[in-house]
Amino acid sequence: MSAELPYRVVIGLEVHVQLLTETKLFCGCSTKFGLPPNSATCPVCIGMPGVLPVMNRRAFELALKAALALNADIAPFTKWDRKNYYYPDLPKNYQISQYDLPFSRNGWLEIPTAQGKKKVRLIRVHLEEDAGKMLHDETGMGRDSLVDLNRAGTPLLEIVTRPDMNSPEEARLFLEELRLLLRELKVSDCEMQEGSLRVDANINIHIPQGDGYVATPIVEVKNLNSFRSVERAMAYEAQRQYEEFRRTGKKLGEVPKATAGWDEDHGVTVVQRRKEEASDYRYFPEPDLVPVLVDQAWLERIRAELPELPSVRRERFQTQYQLSAYDAGVIVSQGLAFADYFEKVAQLTGDAKAAANWCTNQVLQVLNERKITIESFPLPAESLADLIRKQRQYNVNPQRAREVFAEMLKSGEAAETIIRRLGLDVSFSTEQLRELVRKSLASQPKAVADLRAGKAKAMDALVGQVMRETRGKAPADEVRRLIQEELAQTPA
Amino acid sequence: MTLKPEEVRWVAHLARLECTEEEIKLFTSQLSEIVAYVNQLQEVNTDGVEPLSHCLPISNVFRSDEPGVSLTVDEALANAPARKGDFYSVPAVLD
Repeated sequence: MSAELPYRVVIGLEVHVQLLTETKLFCGCSTKFGLPPNSATCPVCIGMPGVLPVMNRRAFELALKAALALNADIAPFTKWDRKNYYYPDLPKNYQISQYDLPFSRNGWLEIPTAQGKKKVRLIRVHLEEDAGKMLHDETGMGRDSLVDLNRAGTPLLEIVTRPDMNSPEEARLFLEELRLLLRELKVSDCEMQEGSLRVDANINIHIPQGDGYVATPIVEVKNLNSFRSVERAMAYEAQRQYEEFRRTGKKLGEVPKATAGWDEDHGVTVVQRRKEEASDYRYFPEPDLVPVLVDQAWLERIRAELPELPSVRRERFQTQYQLSAYDAGVIVSQGLAFADYFEKVAQLTGDAKAAANWCTNQVLQVLNERKITIESFPLPAESLADLIRKQRQYNVNPQRAREVFAEMLKSGEAAETIIRRLGLDVSFSTEQLRELVRKSLASQPKAVADLRAGKAKAMDALVGQVMRETRGKAPADEVRRLIQEELAQTPA
Repeated sequence: MTLKPEEVRWVAHLARLECTEEEIKLFTSQLSEIVAYVNQLQEVNTDGVEPLSHCLPISNVFRSDEPGVSLTVDEALANAPARKGDFYSVPAVLD
């Protein structure tokens, strides 16, 4: 619970992700995004009479892979059901989904929160087909709606969490971690803009009262277009429920569950008409699909294909490279390619701390500025490692090293070439530096006295002279250390 | 087993069927007879019998993830009650 809020936020998410298959769940039509409308359909996915769906093996295996990585229990026997409803985006008038025997149950995903790791439990993960896309007329009344059935029949994974998230931020962190995981597993590309990841959020709040609390009615928030809007919508909706509770006193169970749409432009949730009628989908077993039995051998084969998961990599970076939890988190959250880049630099230089610093600061900054990924970053890991080694060899100070880095990006030249051109290829022995330090101390008795008197500022003047003498090439940290050493050895 | 007219009305609504009161009356009695007929199955003792979710004794039928042939846009839209450009056109739907 946030310290400032007079209530506890409770959020559960329902996430749909499109699986990365070439073809649809039950037919050979393409799942590619952005094809011309209604150009990727066939009698199976537009529900012509007499056709037979046949399950895409790859879709089922991707689903298994995701569920295993989410620590779910895989059912040895699973089947599909028809969920019946009438809507123009659903040509068959039923969606092939899973009802009472989903292929997986339970499971959890650990999220890295500011207060440490937190497990968000899952209720189930199941495999179903997507519906088509409706284009509604946004402007006028009574105009027609247009239907594109390319998406109808695309394989979807539905992931339902328990209400384990207790802040808008945790909801966002869960989604970020889920997206990272599914992308690295190559299960889904999770592009919200393209609809390959969609989120609905159920939220209510618990308000302390006496020894316990009262819960407000649950609202399902839809139309969440980005992780940022999930976070904003949850914060807004929690406060709205608090204010409504103070006004009406209505508690959970006293009013039917409501649905709200998130209005991104105005930053508000708009509660839609409360449906008096319960959903009635009249599920029944899909007679056109046979059940799927999953044995241990199959599961073990899929499990063996699982790459190192982000949560495991975060731990490993902390133990293997002694990174802070924060640095490990930043690096891993950038995705596998970035983490690999860091590891390569760390291994080539034998200096993981320097590798982490460069990757999380300079490299990441360039990626963000240029809006590119590490795959198109101009400096290969070898070049950055080379820079780090040369920086150490020539004692180049951090600021000058960043200049070399910028030059390398601009010209594509090797670190050594630039270091020579900038005249940084000078290295000082400790004795040389000590000599310069002694000179500086001898010529500035006032600064020395000030420093001894505790005026830390005086250090600048003493370091400054050495830097001037070496035209900025002396390693400032080392100079500072030597000044301390000299002062300690020659008491006032 | 007797259905109530409001149950028939509800099922008709879910199937987006418009029925007259005459039809509701007729279907209520007809559907009641059908349900009663099927309901005889409830008399069978099923103790110790595993639930059946599919009538065929086969499982794990898959296809490989390989592209097949799709319809052309014109073929796909040939049966559309109304077409607008390359889309199906349907009466405006308000959620």
